[in-house]
Amino acid sequence: MTGAEVRNFAVAIVLFALAALIPLTGSGYWLSIGVSIATYMVLSTSWALFSGPTHYISLATGAFYGIGMYVVGLGIEILPYPVLLLIAAVLGAALAALVGLATLRLSGVYFVIFTLGLAELIRQLVNWGQTTQGSSSGLYVLTDISEPMIYWQLLGLGAIVYLLGWWINRSRLGFALRIIGNDEVVAVHSGINTASAKIILFVVSGTVATVTGALLAPRLSYIESSIAFSPMLSFLVVIMALLGGAHRLWGPIIGVVPFMLVWDLVTAKFPNQTTLVLGICFLLIVYAIPHGLAGLVEKYRARARGAF
Amino acid sequence: MEIIIGGILLGGTYALIAMGLQLQYGVARIMNLANGEILVAGSFAALWLFAGAQLSPVLSLIIVVPIAFVGNWLIYQYFLLPLVKRSKNQGQLEVDSILSTFGISFIFVGVMHAIFGGEYFNYEYLEIPFQVFEEPFALNRIVAFLGAAIAAACLYFWLNQTRSGLKLRAVSVNPDAANLVAINVNRASAMAFALGGAVTAGGGALISMFVTFDASIGVLFTMKALIIVILGGVKEIRGSIVAAFVLGLAETAVASLIDPGLTLASAFLLFILILLFRPQGLFGRQTS
Repeated sequence: MTGAEVRNFAVAIVLFALAALIPLTGSGYWLSIGVSIATYMVLSTSWALFSGPTHYISLATGAFYGIGMYVVGLGIEILPYPVLLLIAAVLGAALAALVGLATLRLSGVYFVIFTLGLAELIRQLVNWGQTTQGSSSGLYVLTDISEPMIYWQLLGLGAIVYLLGWWINRSRLGFALRIIGNDEVVAVHSGINTASAKIILFVVSGTVATVTGALLAPRLSYIESSIAFSPMLSFLVVIMALLGGAHRLWGPIIGVVPFMLVWDLVTAKFPNQTTLVLGICFLLIVYAIPHGLAGLVEKYRARARGAF
Repeated sequence: MEIIIGGILLGGTYALIAMGLQLQYGVARIMNLANGEILVAGSFAALWLFAGAQLSPVLSLIIVVPIAFVGNWLIYQYFLLPLVKRSKNQGQLEVDSILSTFGISFIFVGVMHAIFGGEYFNYEYLEIPFQVFEEPFALNRIVAFLGAAIAAACLYFWLNQTRSGLKLRAVSVNPDAANLVAINVNRASAMAFALGGAVTAGGGALISMFVTFDASIGVLFTMKALIIVILGGVKEIRGSIVAAFVLGLAETAVASLIDPGLTLASAFLLFILILLFRPQGLFGRQTS
């Protein structure tokens, strides 16, 4: 390990320890914001693991997240909670592999379109399944898992995602993905199996999103398909990851924190204008900060270094 | 029989929407994910003119289509052309244009939501039963189908038989080569994008006669148009017309035989099948 890496690890551990202290403040407001931030930290960092290097925009996060919720909602009365998390992870990985096999062998546009409709497709299937089974449309999740517990679990998952991302970046797989992102033709010609590299990373990112949904199910206590498969979630994840900068492991988190604080205000003050604000954010990211906040930081750091 | 005729009537309007998207993606190379919102904007315009001025939705096309043309031309000039100039390759342009048109679509939804509110809308126009092969169908669906057929025929003729249509087809085949034979590629692309938007908005005005819509339903139409275009083959107008009828029939069959809530699932099933077995589309040519 190099000196810079030791330093980064130390900084990360300190930040995680500080973040873990939030529930001890006893403030319900900060805890609730903390859970939201931790959720989107996990989701958008794992999103960026796949979409950052490859530039494939995945809008499937909402579908995976909803599946995780439904696994817990359906199984909470029958099976112990950790087993459900495992089932959610396996299901998420299987779905990601199937979607990847069908679309990632082809050009990126097919993938975007497919993932765009995936959450709505699964929602329709779940609704149909529930009506033909004759059960009610909602599910109750009654557990004794408290909000601080959910928060710490999310932080733990976040730590796993960061370690995984760090390890993938150093591995042959991460190197292969960066080549694919730069030029897929070159990647194919240098003997990289582009489809399988992309599918592996998509499976990782889908599994994490599914487990996140499963972790958050106890917080809602009542699950309905329109809430679990909310179309907004996938877009929020994309926006935050790109705002922070998807090309760096630490990029998404610096997008998530400010965005969530502002978003919380917007949804409280102007609940009817959220889509409009979301649209403006998208345009701002494309035209004003194409490389995200991380890109800006790097540019100014390089300039400061150049001045001396 | 009811399913077949219903499917064909639905497919006709889908064909018009898909042609709009195809002009934008095939010629202007912009994957326009705000396509469905432009359609819904056309629907709202028709509703507003019908409720406010008692103007028939068919006549409102005279107003809706030119406005949509100008509006889409402006969108191309001010939002998308900078991206075309900035991007170094097609992949970069695709990512940028997808994100940018997502932004535009959200802004459309937000503005329509602010003006019309979040309720569902429909209105009654020409809801007279009309006998087709001894099955009753509402006259408004038949009028919409005829309107779509006329528009599609005009568009097809224009693209294949006129000089300006030839320019668009040349850009669609190879923009660099088109540039070399003195075609203004940016102008042709702007033309195609604006025309595509106008066709889509016109389709929205026609479809509003028999569909219940709200401010956020656009993404469903976007999905359908995208699936049709891919099903038919990206640069094949004939392909997407056939694909539109296939989708119209499949949706009507699923809705009436299994469950009306599964229309998107049937569209997706077609989509998966085409991706697995014929990714270049029904009529597309194999590349490389």
